Amino acid sequence: MATSFDVIILGGGPAGYVAAIRAAQLGLATAVVEKEKLGGVCVNIGCIPTKALLHSAYIARLLQEAKEFGVEVGSVKTDYGVAMKRSRQVSDQNSRGVEFLMKKNKVTVIKGAGVLQPGKKVKVGSDVYEAKKGIIIATGSRVKGIPQIGLEINKSTVISSDEALFLEKTPASLAVIGAGAVGMEFADIFNAFGAKVTLIEALPRILPLEDAEASDTLAKSYKKRGIDVIAGAKVTKANVGKDKVVLEVEAGGAKQTVEAAVVLMAAGRAVNTENVGLKECGIQLTDRGFIKVDQRLQTSTAGYYAIGDVAGPPMLAHKGSREGVVVAELLAGHKPYPIRYDNVPSVTYCHPEVASIGLTEEQCKERKLDYVAGKFPFSANGRARGTGETEGLVKILRDKKYGEILGAHIIGAHASEMIHELAVARENEYTVEEVDLAIHAHPTMSEAVAEAALDSLGRVIHM
Amino acid sequence: MATTVHMEALSPTMEEGRLVKWTKKEGDPVKTGETLAEVETDKAVMELVARADGQLVKILVPEGKTVPVGDPVAYIGAPGEKVGDGGPAVPAAAGKGMGEGGRGLPPPPPTPAPAPQTTVADERVKASPLAKRIARETGVDLKLVSGSGPGGRVVKRDLEGGSPAPPAPIPHPPSPIPVAVRSGAAYEDVPLTQIRKTIARRLVTSLGPIPHFFLTTEVDMERAADARAALNKDLGDQGKVSFNDIIVKATALALARHRACNAWFQEDHIRYWNEVHLGMAVAVEDGLITPVIRHADQKTMSQISVEARALADRARRRQLKPDEYTGATFSVSNLGMFDIDQFTAVINPPEAGILAVGTVVEKPVVLEGQVVPRRRLRLTMSCDHRVIDGATGAVFLKTLKQMLENPLAMVL
Repeated sequence: MATSFDVIILGGGPAGYVAAIRAAQLGLATAVVEKEKLGGVCVNIGCIPTKALLHSAYIARLLQEAKEFGVEVGSVKTDYGVAMKRSRQVSDQNSRGVEFLMKKNKVTVIKGAGVLQPGKKVKVGSDVYEAKKGIIIATGSRVKGIPQIGLEINKSTVISSDEALFLEKTPASLAVIGAGAVGMEFADIFNAFGAKVTLIEALPRILPLEDAEASDTLAKSYKKRGIDVIAGAKVTKANVGKDKVVLEVEAGGAKQTVEAAVVLMAAGRAVNTENVGLKECGIQLTDRGFIKVDQRLQTSTAGYYAIGDVAGPPMLAHKGSREGVVVAELLAGHKPYPIRYDNVPSVTYCHPEVASIGLTEEQCKERKLDYVAGKFPFSANGRARGTGETEGLVKILRDKKYGEILGAHIIGAHASEMIHELAVARENEYTVEEVDLAIHAHPTMSEAVAEAALDSLGRVIHM
Repeated sequence: MATTVHMEALSPTMEEGRLVKWTKKEGDPVKTGETLAEVETDKAVMELVARADGQLVKILVPEGKTVPVGDPVAYIGAPGEKVGDGGPAVPAAAGKGMGEGGRGLPPPPPTPAPAPQTTVADERVKASPLAKRIARETGVDLKLVSGSGPGGRVVKRDLEGGSPAPPAPIPHPPSPIPVAVRSGAAYEDVPLTQIRKTIARRLVTSLGPIPHFFLTTEVDMERAADARAALNKDLGDQGKVSFNDIIVKATALALARHRACNAWFQEDHIRYWNEVHLGMAVAVEDGLITPVIRHADQKTMSQISVEARALADRARRRQLKPDEYTGATFSVSNLGMFDIDQFTAVINPPEAGILAVGTVVEKPVVLEGQVVPRRRLRLTMSCDHRVIDGATGAVFLKTLKQMLENPLAMVL
């Protein structure tokens, strides 16, 4: 195997492997160092398998309501083990897909844990590889527990998504700590598979980074299907037993006890910056522990770049992938268009889905922007009524003066797919007028996007 | 992956460009910003620069060919990279001539783009809808803004903070225009150069639809000539004031007093300008161009003199920036140096008038019953009757005549 490459990438997740493909496309000799499976957390224990499980959850719920639609299926039984195995197959297919892409693009895959060395070198086991143009650090992140209150992940009663994805059966009861995207999605899955779910969030509302209207809609929807939602809650104490955990929770001045067979920690992620030789290469971290990078994503040491979760928030696969493309192009001597970090879509795939781009209404208020919120509920959309997916709404925040789309939020079925119309609009600086000018097919849920645009102009049609 | 080099719109009105000369050969290494070729636009010969680093792997358009803006002309790629030969991009020369005949309707005459008030909404400018909206409401001329978005698109960021800088000019030495060589044939077809095409297109949009009428007056230039001689004696080596400079200054001052003649006809409205931006027709090889002296009424004679000479010089060398030849509110055309006594000039739309200046001749004039030799000048003003009526134009000309006959009136 060659020991010298143009580019060596540490980590084969969605940031690293995309960087590798782009670098190879540009004619650079490229290697990826990966200690586990290609595709990283996203493909193996993140985005992809959870989407498979969420679809199982969706089917379970759909079948329970099927009678209303004129389809009788008898009693609905669920089996998490089967759903889990299917999700593993999906992950494996995707990981093999990445392997194939590496081969197709003639990217060398080095198996093992890479450690950076000065002089643009990477040590894997006893082998040392050298990069002529640059090294890209894409080591990603992992789940973290809250050891301070006794909630250290023990992989039996206190677990993370890593374990939840491999459970053979649904626990009888589950407390989910953290109501960000991961917490919301697992609460949704395990509720559909029959667990008694309690969702605990420290901040005043669930989905704290999304628009408050998204939080409210989801809180209502979750409560309706029997999920206990406790927001603004502090877990003060945890009693971890052999087959159950008792949590003491303080919310709104009141104390309560939550008992669950399993606690799922979904309160943030820690970046993988340890044991990769950052210090030895003089690579500095930010106050928050991310790798410090400049506008070109170069670290404090020339020739070393960082992308994806280690390079800072938002910790999203698609943001990392784009950073990978940009660094690959820079290393090939191109001038890529800079990334607009304020235009990265954010999606939570719970039911109903939440997808957003740009500012929330709360952020518009904080920044004292002169805005108008245009809204359109799916309950007024013909297609949504037809499929019984009337929960949620589209909300577009329009700058009053010039019509700029400051932010857009979709809460509802297929929100993850519909948000991209608004991502394209914002990226190209279309105003709400241009969004409406594009004729939207009828009947579609996307019509609600055009209607929300019109509503922000005070001329909504179907309401 | 190779980067395609396109024919770029190097001036606001450019629709196609003639590839005068490749300054790089196939196989040459190129860097972003380096000149690849000289392109003759409708106004000037300008440089087409590389937008990527690499090697000029393939030239698609041979020298001398004209291609529409946006068509690929070359590829930049990695050394040795193979690219498609882009065959269809180059129009076959034989049947189609220089490619003008088959193309749709001529575009409307460009709205010149001067000072802030200009409207920008309806023109094809590479800008995001948001940038267009901001420009429209803040009165920024998008054509003067250099875009930082993909493909040079003007985006919101480019309009934030401070007044927009005009795009950097690309200075360039004059390039020879092909001259017909006498051969044995009965005739020779010489393709229209870009500047000729623009002149042709613009003239028919003027004399055809604009109801011209003409007013002529004869001006006694004795005092002006004396004043000029005295001024030039004082100035010595610091330059010379020409009759034209004096006429430009007087015209600008007269326009400032007669806003009715300092106007644009804008189809559904007339824009009366409060500022005076004077266009000054300059003959260049193969055509003419009208550089603009901005705020001419507020400039001193010697400022005008210096500026007029510099603009004329740059015009002849085809180095004018787009914002240097657009936005006049009125124009002056002078053929005095060719001993033309009097002529009529064609209005440069949307301006409402143009002044044609003849030569200063000494001739016998009856003054207080005596025949005396006087230096005289004939001025003819072409007026757009939709804006200027006979009396309006006459009053303006009278003021102008008075100023020239009594140069002291200019300091009033």
